[in-house]
Amino acid sequence: MNRQLLRKSEELFYRVLMIISTVIIIIALLAIIISILVKGMPSLSWSMITQTPKGGYYFGKEGGILNAIIGSLYLSGGATLLALAVSLPLALYMNVHKLKQKNVVNSIRFFLDLLWGVPSIVYGAFGFTLMVLLGLRTSLLAGILTVTLFIIPIMVRSMDEVLKTVPKGLLESAFSLGSTRSETAFRVMLRQCIPGIITAILLAFGRAIGDAAAVLFTAGYTDYIPTSLSQPTATLPLSVFFQLSSPIPEVQNRAYASAVVLTVIVLIISIASRGFSMKYQKNKIK
Amino acid sequence: MRALVLTNFKLRRNLREKLSTFWMKCCYILVLAMPFILLTGLLIKSSLLFGEKSLTELIFSSEWKPMSGKFGFLPFIISSLWVTFISVIIAAPICLLTAIYLTQYARRVVLKIMQPVIDILAGIPSVIYGVWGIIIIVPFVSKIAGWFNVHSSGYSILAGAVVLAVMIIPFILNILIEVYKTIPIELSEASLSLGATKWETIKKVLTRKAFPGIISSFGLGVSRAFGETIAVLMVVGNVVHIPTGIFQAGYPLPALIANNYGEMLSIPMYDSALMLAALILFIVVTIFNMGSRYIIIHYEKKI
Amino acid sequence: MINETKINIENLNLHIGKNHILKDINVQIPEKKLTVILGPSGCGKTTLLKSLNRLTDLYPEVKTQGRIFNGDEDILHPKTEITELRKKMGLLAQSPYPLPMSIYDNITYGLRISGRRKKRFLNKRVEYYLRQVSLWDEVKDRLKDPASALSIGQQQRLCLARGLSVDPDILLADEPTSALDPISSREVEELFVKLKQRYTIVMVTHILRQAKRVADYVIFMYLGEIIEHGPAEQIFEHPRNEITKSYIKGIYS
Repeated sequence: MNRQLLRKSEELFYRVLMIISTVIIIIALLAIIISILVKGMPSLSWSMITQTPKGGYYFGKEGGILNAIIGSLYLSGGATLLALAVSLPLALYMNVHKLKQKNVVNSIRFFLDLLWGVPSIVYGAFGFTLMVLLGLRTSLLAGILTVTLFIIPIMVRSMDEVLKTVPKGLLESAFSLGSTRSETAFRVMLRQCIPGIITAILLAFGRAIGDAAAVLFTAGYTDYIPTSLSQPTATLPLSVFFQLSSPIPEVQNRAYASAVVLTVIVLIISIASRGFSMKYQKNKIK
Repeated sequence: MRALVLTNFKLRRNLREKLSTFWMKCCYILVLAMPFILLTGLLIKSSLLFGEKSLTELIFSSEWKPMSGKFGFLPFIISSLWVTFISVIIAAPICLLTAIYLTQYARRVVLKIMQPVIDILAGIPSVIYGVWGIIIIVPFVSKIAGWFNVHSSGYSILAGAVVLAVMIIPFILNILIEVYKTIPIELSEASLSLGATKWETIKKVLTRKAFPGIISSFGLGVSRAFGETIAVLMVVGNVVHIPTGIFQAGYPLPALIANNYGEMLSIPMYDSALMLAALILFIVVTIFNMGSRYIIIHYEKKI
Repeated sequence: MINETKINIENLNLHIGKNHILKDINVQIPEKKLTVILGPSGCGKTTLLKSLNRLTDLYPEVKTQGRIFNGDEDILHPKTEITELRKKMGLLAQSPYPLPMSIYDNITYGLRISGRRKKRFLNKRVEYYLRQVSLWDEVKDRLKDPASALSIGQQQRLCLARGLSVDPDILLADEPTSALDPISSREVEELFVKLKQRYTIVMVTHILRQAKRVADYVIFMYLGEIIEHGPAEQIFEHPRNEITKSYIKGIYS
């Protein structure tokens, strides 16, 4: 009888711990979002997101962070496009062309997992070295190249996860109609997986826009919106970072406001990609 | 006429096929070569320092005076270890308990609610974690230190570890949920029908089965935490010394690179030292990453 | 037999890893007849069918030896232009796999990838092939709808029409009714009977009654070997082999 009670209460004890853990995670997320909003909203104004920094901005005078918003979009957009040009063909290659050679596919997956694990600061340092080697300056282009390297593994692996689930019968159908491998890849597989692929692209874009360490040395920082690839560019994470290290309270508050902007952008991307993956689940043929 | 058009079409089709396959192969080679390119690049750049000093001297010396050519990495390595392991120690039980709860006890609905929570947490940029750390965690740590009669600004190893723990939670949790989900239901049915309670089944059967997966999820957590830069840098204090307590400031390797890179170009040896830091990061992270994946692949089937 | 041989399989052996899946297959498939490959599940029927247009290329660890002639072209020869060859053989899988596009595009896909672009031509073909599978009246008003919106029986007929669209002379069918309800099964079966005047059809099935209804020629397989083959009435009425006899009496299923 006593033993029974002990068994029961042990289970109860752990169940309570489990619920506490789950709640901690929810609270952590809420705490992050609420604290950023509470701190940032008061300083967020229309001019902050529609103007570039004016003279004296960094002493608390007028201006905004449009340079960083546009800069981040340019940089992440460019990197995402460039990464797409490598990732999509590679993911299709793994799942159509090399379907039979499991060891080739597994070796690619292995290398991608390795690359995915490499910290972005290492890519940043490497990108900087590469930049010096190529004779580039800190610029939009150098930033794009570095971030591209950093998001390729993320993009390929997420696409691979989606393409992997396509039933073999669909491939067989496409082949038996006389499709070449590339036609099967781009006309059938791509179409079948388009929502999942868009999710993968958005995920990579979200990573690109949020990462600071990879662009710290390569993209530079400037108060202007870049007009060519060879100009340096501001980015949102760095604008948060730099403004926060200022001793002036107004500037620090703007850092919080910039953090709100970045958080909102990332949340929108996250929700959008969720929407696409939901849609994907609905339309999938078994 | 028709025949001519068709031959023309066939030629173009053939060309398209060849070109696209060629490009795919290029991408393939790029990915296979990338780790080696990274490694070689870092090795070449840090070789300058190796020429002057022995590796043991670099790693076990605690004197960091770049201007006079003294590069002891010990303070940074120790800080990195502190921050990483404390963060994993905080995150691990939370993740394990939550994963068990979500996969074994909770109703479907709860998992459905938690999935976006985890995804959003995973997608928040590290600089935002840093800001949050400064707003909430740093003052909190300072207060806790007060309870222990320690004076601390709050910018400390502990603050870094807490922020880092929250950052790696979604990462570890996702793997653990996957691990528990893939355990066949028959296994718990077998145990339950032998008279075990649900908790006993989880503790003695499922978790045993999941053990390699659990270990490797923690290993992957370590590899993720070890390289995290901006968020940690913002709350950890960045003082060059060997920390002796969790309320003291630390200076992990990624922060060292981030704080000094770009400004050190005038001193080649300094440049080389930071590249060595990046190399250490790369190697440590890769070992943990690959080791964990090896465990999950090779031991999962054997239990 | 009056009929000429369409496909000639010589000494075909196929391994998957260490398993010997097809053992010394030697058989001729007659032209413009419906040949049924019959046998209990797991006997290698589907693998044999997929070897005919080398879809086995898609599976890891598959090794094939031997020769399969379509006319005087060796299908298994590595130098054979496989893409063109596959076009000559329409495939109908166990369950329908419509391409992720509209009904219309499902039919025109094969034509477009081989360079037929003229709208009028394509329209005519779509109608023609959909009529062939008696689907035209059901879908003529919604050709632009995604193919996945059709019922499963309609999807299977669409897949058949799609297979016909590239103008093959052989149709390969892998238990084409196994995912369908009885009524759709009947429809598909009847289509095959109609089509066998003009195409060489190879159909895999494990349903004895279906085989009896449609077959002209039967290949009976058991554990990777061909036990017996011959004209349908001979196999069904006077099987020579003991295993075939018991199968036809319904001892294996």
